[in-house]
Amino acid sequence: MTEIPKEEYVLKCTSACAGCPSSLILRYVLKAAGPDTVLVVPACCTSVIQGIYPNTALNVPVYNVAFASAAACASGMTEAFQKAGKKTNVIVYAGDGGTVDIGIQALSGAFERETDFLYICYDNEAYGNTGMQRSGSTPIGARTTTTPGGKTHAKKDLDAIVDAHNPSYLATACASYPLDLFKKVQKALSLRGSKFIHVLAPCPPGWRFSSEMTVEMGKLAVKSGLWILYEREFGKVTINGPSKAAMIKPVPLEDYLSGQGRFKGIDQKAIDALKSQSELRAKHLQKEADGIC
Amino acid sequence: MLTIATGNKAVAAAVKELSPDVIAAYPITPQTEIVEQIAEYVTSKELDSRYIPVESEHSAMAACIGASITGARTFTATSSHGLLYMHEMVNWAAGARLPIVMANVNRALGPGWNVWAEHTDAFQERDTGWLQVYVSTVQEAYDTTLMAFRIAEHADVLLPVMVNLDGFLLSHSMQSLDTLKPGDFVPPLHLPHAIDVANPAGYGTLTGPEEHFKFRWEIEQSMRRSRKVIAETEKDFADRFGRSYSVAEEYRFEDADVAVIAMGTLGKEAEVAVDLLRNEGVKAGSLRVRWLRPFPDLDLAGRDIVVIDRDYSFGSGGIIAHSLMARSRIEPYSVIAGLGGQEVTYDDIAGFVRDRRPGSELWFGVSGNV
Amino acid sequence: MYEIRIHSRGGQGGVTAARLLALAAFRDGKYATACPFYGAERRGAPVVSYVRIDDQPIRIYSQIRNPDLVVVLDPSVMEVVDVLHGLKQGGKVLINGTDTEKIHGVAACAVDLTGIALREKLVVAGSPILNTPVLGALAKMGIITVDSAKKAIREMFSDERNVRAAEAAFRELVI
Repeated sequence: MTEIPKEEYVLKCTSACAGCPSSLILRYVLKAAGPDTVLVVPACCTSVIQGIYPNTALNVPVYNVAFASAAACASGMTEAFQKAGKKTNVIVYAGDGGTVDIGIQALSGAFERETDFLYICYDNEAYGNTGMQRSGSTPIGARTTTTPGGKTHAKKDLDAIVDAHNPSYLATACASYPLDLFKKVQKALSLRGSKFIHVLAPCPPGWRFSSEMTVEMGKLAVKSGLWILYEREFGKVTINGPSKAAMIKPVPLEDYLSGQGRFKGIDQKAIDALKSQSELRAKHLQKEADGIC
Repeated sequence: MLTIATGNKAVAAAVKELSPDVIAAYPITPQTEIVEQIAEYVTSKELDSRYIPVESEHSAMAACIGASITGARTFTATSSHGLLYMHEMVNWAAGARLPIVMANVNRALGPGWNVWAEHTDAFQERDTGWLQVYVSTVQEAYDTTLMAFRIAEHADVLLPVMVNLDGFLLSHSMQSLDTLKPGDFVPPLHLPHAIDVANPAGYGTLTGPEEHFKFRWEIEQSMRRSRKVIAETEKDFADRFGRSYSVAEEYRFEDADVAVIAMGTLGKEAEVAVDLLRNEGVKAGSLRVRWLRPFPDLDLAGRDIVVIDRDYSFGSGGIIAHSLMARSRIEPYSVIAGLGGQEVTYDDIAGFVRDRRPGSELWFGVSGNV
Repeated sequence: MYEIRIHSRGGQGGVTAARLLALAAFRDGKYATACPFYGAERRGAPVVSYVRIDDQPIRIYSQIRNPDLVVVLDPSVMEVVDVLHGLKQGGKVLINGTDTEKIHGVAACAVDLTGIALREKLVVAGSPILNTPVLGALAKMGIITVDSAKKAIREMFSDERNVRAAEAAFRELVI
């Protein structure tokens, strides 16, 4: 049984919303990473969650940097630490907007250069920090303040984009499975090269569900098969337990959608699109895990 | 060692002497030779730097920022559109009080595509909190790059410094270059606010109006203190290496009735115009402004002033002319010349002096006095 | 001040020729600057480079309007560019080739730099190298010394064929 350290690096004074998955995720990320770690944070909810100068709720150094620049900033930091003979972990902790949209160029460059760092995208599927505007990561059918009728385009396949860079490690995780996340962060940090973890972050105010339902909502995302937990280590895919179970016997997708205000009034076409996307992804991953493709 | 080099290679050679820990850069005409030369130095192990071949200028400055905040010495180089593309991070570097040194090879901005000299690129960064210096010879490019690191990293400054050289006119011109061993002229960098995992802190966290305002004032205080640091550095450089520089280089200025003020290579060419005018009996002089930020206090009283701007602020005027009007309370003849690499000869400059109309503005070759 | 304008096409080494010439002059103890006038960096487009040599530091960056010497590395540019434009009274012309018949009214001399380069197998990417042999011709004309020409070539290139080509141009140029 994995021992999760008792040390806390996210202190009890964050300005996170009630039920915030981002601070929950960060709590386990930092427990796995330990104190010899620097976080690079572009504009995202975590910019706010850490508190207001001169206070900070995070007990590791945090370098806040401009929206599009996190992966590039981390590139420089990684090289500088290595030049100084330090083994400090450099972890980008970025939202979906700073990753799939404005930050993707820097992300691509850093991964192409095989920067020795870990990039974590916590994905609440919209610009949550500024009141839920759509991002490239918003799923089809979801209402945001800039898609008041529901988004008409599919969620960008970030993992496929990152995977195209042949990273040494790529994994998905979910705020509702902290042990799985903890192990994945530990494994990522044990490997050299560019590592990437994509974490689903069910956001109570953004997705419009009650704040005590965060963990449940993440579990429904996984159990319905919409969010698949897997890891790809030097190209080899492993589908993790909860998702294996979901592939055999998923809960109805409607159970996941109906609990969220953002999907209120979603039409059948969008639901079908979500279903076919997740089925397609599951099939593809299963084939990869079986070594067929 | 006495050799011959282009402006670009002189910058790279100076960087090599100070061996930055991290260099991140993206190529752009006419800066490319700097990046190529540095890549060559790193590959041949003449330079022990981590060289990051980033995918954009925005990332170049971001990588320098990430490296610099660990206490590492950092360098980058760019030009024109590259500089503007990194604009957001240029601000960030100064606000984060990081002593990054950047060479900018001055080039016009599109559209249309124009790769030749103009100062508008760097002038658009003049309010960012960077110190800016403009050089006029290959030797000066080398010497000033060395001094830039010392000034940027000085405890009283801790602001980034941009060394500007005119695209092609200087970047690609070959002149003699006396390289030197800087020894302890530039001491090791000590960044007081460097990241320390044993003493965790939040950098750039949410900041309220009062604190933000205070930080801006601290930048200005450092900018003011930098005047003394620049003067000390230039004096120490002269004492050690025998070449002297100042915030503004005077040429036959002392007894001049009329003085030409310009920057970069135009400032050098103006000296030839001054000689020409003196031979005609005109008591002319020139003043080549080296430091744009902090802007020098110049005693210009009692003379006619002809300012040549290789830049423009639309709806306002020539930027050096306006800076001089504000700080030195003069009414110059403002000449806008050399934009997009327009040819401006010493004869042309002598002509500006002969035909001067204090208080009016001339777009050389384009408009009459307006 | 002695001012030289070099006409060539992109990729023929005119810019390097200017740099070599400035370096050689510098090794002669003179002040020298080489300023290429760049357009887009395209192969085959007409290119002009400038070299100034003087006993005093050189402060001029504007283009040379009245050269003392015009060097034409590629005679075909004469069809599109007036290479004699602004040539000083009494100025000279050096042409790569075998004849000077297209030049009228000024002192012109010619040497077959292309032939020399081909003989020495100085060919890069299909183009004969002209920038090192031309230094030999310029030495013969007294612009630089032979010693400095060789020094400059050796500082920039390790292949001795470049020096041999310059020596050949020195021998073959008839003034």
